[in-house]
Amino acid sequence: MKPLLELDDVRMHFPVKGGVFLRPVGSCKAVDGVSFTVGEGETLGLVGESGCGKSTLAKTAVRLLNPTGGRIAFDGHDITHMRRGRLKPLRREMQMIFQDPAESLNPRHSVGDIIEEPLAVQKIGTREERRKRVAGLLERVGLSESDGARYPFEFSGGQRQRIGIARALALNPKLILCDEPVSALDVSVQSQVLNLLLELQEDFGLAYLFIAHDLAVVKHVSDRVAIMYLGKIVEMADADAIYEGPRHAYTKALISAIPVADPASDRDRALLEGDVPSPIDPPAGCAFGHRMKHPRWEESVGMDLSLREVTPGHWVQPCPCCTDLA
Amino acid sequence: MTDAPSTRPLLEVSGLVSAFDTEQGRLVAVDGVDFRVDRGRTLGIVGESGCGKSVSALSLIRLLPQPMGNVLAGEVHFDGRDLLRLDHKEMHDVRGNEIGMIFQEPMTALNPVHTIGRQLTESVLLHRSVSAKEALEEAVDMLKRVRIPSPEIRVGEYPHQLSGGMRQRVMIAMALINRPKLLIADEPTTALDVTVQAQILALIDDLQSELGMAVILITHDLGVIAENCDEVVVMYGGRVVECAPVKELFADPLHAYTRGLLRSIPRLDRPRKTKLPTIKGNVPSLDRMPTGCRFSTRADAEHDEPAKTTRPPFEEVKPGHFVETCPFCYRVPQA
Repeated sequence: MKPLLELDDVRMHFPVKGGVFLRPVGSCKAVDGVSFTVGEGETLGLVGESGCGKSTLAKTAVRLLNPTGGRIAFDGHDITHMRRGRLKPLRREMQMIFQDPAESLNPRHSVGDIIEEPLAVQKIGTREERRKRVAGLLERVGLSESDGARYPFEFSGGQRQRIGIARALALNPKLILCDEPVSALDVSVQSQVLNLLLELQEDFGLAYLFIAHDLAVVKHVSDRVAIMYLGKIVEMADADAIYEGPRHAYTKALISAIPVADPASDRDRALLEGDVPSPIDPPAGCAFGHRMKHPRWEESVGMDLSLREVTPGHWVQPCPCCTDLA
Repeated sequence: MTDAPSTRPLLEVSGLVSAFDTEQGRLVAVDGVDFRVDRGRTLGIVGESGCGKSVSALSLIRLLPQPMGNVLAGEVHFDGRDLLRLDHKEMHDVRGNEIGMIFQEPMTALNPVHTIGRQLTESVLLHRSVSAKEALEEAVDMLKRVRIPSPEIRVGEYPHQLSGGMRQRVMIAMALINRPKLLIADEPTTALDVTVQAQILALIDDLQSELGMAVILITHDLGVIAENCDEVVVMYGGRVVECAPVKELFADPLHAYTRGLLRSIPRLDRPRKTKLPTIKGNVPSLDRMPTGCRFSTRADAEHDEPAKTTRPPFEEVKPGHFVETCPFCYRVPQA
């Protein structure tokens, strides 16, 4: 598979300012040394709890934020420090779908205008051609051409998410970042949107970076899954492998916490103590081992914790406290 | 009212109808709902947004937003009294004392300018004649029970100093401090991460057995229902379409909506990247709900005119298993 999006040791640190003169007093390490690749037509699922940096990572990956370290390549071009003008044609190829379609669609614009906007910004086609394209897109996502004249508030949550998807498709992208695309939707509508995303991937050969906190949803749509904790990826593997044989203690805890819709199953649940710590001045070494007060956590301080391949395609953070490397 | 109060269920809701008066006219959000909760048991109410699950709960404790929201009909028997016929003073004594409540968003439900301790002691001082000192001791004890580390320090802190999971624990402590007989938890974990959700649900479960209270757990998550409830009510379009013990409901769902819901959730054991079964269309808005079978606009089976316009009866088809017997949505129980 040809790599489409490549991240190498990407860091996104935000200064934390304090005191009377708002001098930097620390840094918030939202993304702290993340490397992964998304291949053409592939889905990489990114899972983590709130505050782990998954949305910041997505924004950094498409240069909506300027990374403070590392290297990002898209379709063979190094875009880490690329200037706006040169980045613009590449932006056609990478689009986003957001969690809350109510907030990411301009309420004052008609649906047709919303979907047409990316085409207009990129100066593609005549107005007539663009209108035709919009009609085609609306139909493709399961709405009708006449819906183009209506406004976002006239649609339900699921339909609004379809509008967001149509807008993302307008420029024929190669990669779509989906940031919690179904978490605001009801169960019965969620499955409709997931099916649509899967169909579109097949039809257009799209690659997805699919961010969500719902592991069952992520597993369903992903080829590979990365688990993120406090700015770092702790485990990454083929979607089936990570659910069947998780290696990192955090992955195990996450999987065990999912409620199972089967009253007959009587699983033992490993309950986690405490909350996700703040990414401002995170603990040294393995952050999860620190949270769990693991007796061998200290050994991880000062270790090289970059991911190690334990079986082909299965990468895990090699800390002595949380990982079973055998 | 010949039954002794102790043999009756703790809470029995029958024929509850609640509506909102809006500029567009009257919208009936809860349209004739029946359910019951036995002492010490957990009832789950599941349904999608707008199905009336929260409005039902708010109706029975009479906290519908005023002046638009009103209970139009029904009876809510709680521990020998009809809550809908109590005066304001009496209702005030029930709320926060005999019935505790927790809501989805703990940050908006806590007062940001008061300390945790003050908010916890408020309801103790309001409902019982104890000194401020005793109330504070109880607050500390309750914080300990909800597993908040160093509770003596936390009582002096403000909500913003706590994490989301901790705030939800404080909410639970507030709801339980007067040892209610019933706890109403409206989407208590929806805003929380999965690992914190698991902690909070385990905590509610522990406290329930410690204090012997009944719980109404309102959620849209069938996984949460399966793991935490004894009985389940499935709501759609302001009505109960099915009600059964949890194992029974998951093993033998009899209404097309329940079956559709159960099928459409992604599961870890389903093959990846395959098409998920769906329920077609969207929930119609309240003013466009069919008068007959509410699910008729989305069911796979085409409904005839009488089914769309006549409300199907809600019947007990198997001991403890109630279902709306629309001829197109209802399936007879498996032997």
